[in-house]
Amino acid sequence: MILNMGPQHPSTHGVLRVLLEIDGETVVRIMPDIGFLHTGIEKTCEAKFYQQVVPLTDRIDYLCPMTNNLCYVLAVEKLLGLEIPAKAQWMRVLMNELTRINSHLVWLGTHALDIGAMTVFLYCFREREEVLKMFEAISGQRMMTSYFRIGGVALEPPLGFFDRVREFAGYFPDRVDEYENLLTGNPIWMMRTQGVARMTGEDAIALGASGPTLRGSGVDIDLRRDMPYSSYEKFKFNVPVRSEGDVFARYLCRVAELRESIGIVRQALDGMPEGPIKADAPGVVLPDREKMKTQMEALIYHFKIITEGFAVPVGEVYQAVESPRGEMGYYVVSDGTAKPYRVHMRAACLANLQTLPTMCEGGLIADVVAAIGSIDIVLGEIDR
Amino acid sequence: MGAGLGAAESALMALAPAITDLEQLKAHPAVAALLAWNLSSVVGAKFDRDEMTIFVDRPCIREACALLRDEASCRFNFLSDVTCVDWFPAEPRFEVVYHLLSISKKERVRLKVRLHGASPAVDSVVPVWPGANYFEREVFDLFGIRFAGHPYLVRLLMPEDWEGHPLRKDYPVEGYR
Repeated sequence: MILNMGPQHPSTHGVLRVLLEIDGETVVRIMPDIGFLHTGIEKTCEAKFYQQVVPLTDRIDYLCPMTNNLCYVLAVEKLLGLEIPAKAQWMRVLMNELTRINSHLVWLGTHALDIGAMTVFLYCFREREEVLKMFEAISGQRMMTSYFRIGGVALEPPLGFFDRVREFAGYFPDRVDEYENLLTGNPIWMMRTQGVARMTGEDAIALGASGPTLRGSGVDIDLRRDMPYSSYEKFKFNVPVRSEGDVFARYLCRVAELRESIGIVRQALDGMPEGPIKADAPGVVLPDREKMKTQMEALIYHFKIITEGFAVPVGEVYQAVESPRGEMGYYVVSDGTAKPYRVHMRAACLANLQTLPTMCEGGLIADVVAAIGSIDIVLGEIDR
Repeated sequence: MGAGLGAAESALMALAPAITDLEQLKAHPAVAALLAWNLSSVVGAKFDRDEMTIFVDRPCIREACALLRDEASCRFNFLSDVTCVDWFPAEPRFEVVYHLLSISKKERVRLKVRLHGASPAVDSVVPVWPGANYFEREVFDLFGIRFAGHPYLVRLLMPEDWEGHPLRKDYPVEGYR
């Protein structure tokens, strides 16, 4: 029998349609069908100035906007040869780890909800709300933050922001204990996840999987540690790896990442350097508001950047960062003008979604929901 | 704008010029491995902004990928991405771009294949990495490049009955009305 799951099924986390060929309760063949959210962002980028692309990158993945911001600005900065002040780099790391916590909390809540554990969802969103409030305090937006700029970050954090983050970092590990109390040793949770949707490390590499989906299958790679960017080499953290390759292993990897992320947040708060938050490059970085109102040169640069953008030297760059879902990559090609010739996003979810047939074929239909939850897809990123 | 304004751009470092001479880049393990296998497989190379690009002859791409994946000196075992750039109206018009990652050596390399605008086609690398499936379907969908040997080459993102390939440069940003 052929069964249609989605595109409006609540467990598909957006608009994913999954075609299932089933024999009784057993899945014979599974085919994801995507493209319902395709908005042509890559094409839109080609018609915008370099700085105008930053808000578009938020909208690719609404659960980790800052990761996308970061990846894009790093790529353009590499094209320009622009050096970023230390404080801006550390701010980026701090915000990125909060973003990871935000994203993992949504994943944990919805994944548990899919499998039938309703309570965890409410707990996770309690903490996520606090992270979103911090985003709002720093950028004015809860979800589409657009906080990073080519050359630094947009604004100085408001008064008391670091204290607020520190308070959150203080109690968050206890909250992770709460989630784990509800799930990790829970016999129902273990029965639904252990040995379900297995994938070997070789299969995961061949299919292009990355992030916790790959690390849950025993492949030890994390771009933050192995190919560091934005000062990540100055932070100490562990990379959780599990060898089982099932839904439970991926769950344990992500929960452990929550704890590692809060450790990085704490290090970023303790070692936050003093100094400017924007690079000193007047032709590329917008001047401070105060300077713009009092200095003629600053006003000229402001006007030029807004109206004609800035030219980027000819070349091409592939920049990858470790997003909550895996390897997020931006391939930016410049033809020497003020608009990117081509922007391509390597979506981690698109590759991760390809693992679904390997995980699910031969398994039970109820486990498909667990498998989809365990690869943590965001359809906005897949369809772009 | 006066010359004084331009000189103030202190955070912008001078970029090292790109190296495009194949002779100078022969020491790179991926170039060396490809040249040792087949002298005509490499048609050019570029080292720019710490990134290595190798231009591969079109008929060789599948074997070149398999070689770079298995060769002990390279071990580019992970296919990060497949995409395409349209240089319309220049010819050869299309550049299909492969980003390879070596998980053990933590290195990247970029392979490129140049294709002419009239019925562009290249061998699929799905037999080497099954993960190329969606990436190649996306390139087929948005650029109209055919991948020979692909198991299921249909549109991925656009509707099945869509006409044209939106990411081509001669396709208007606002679409056809």
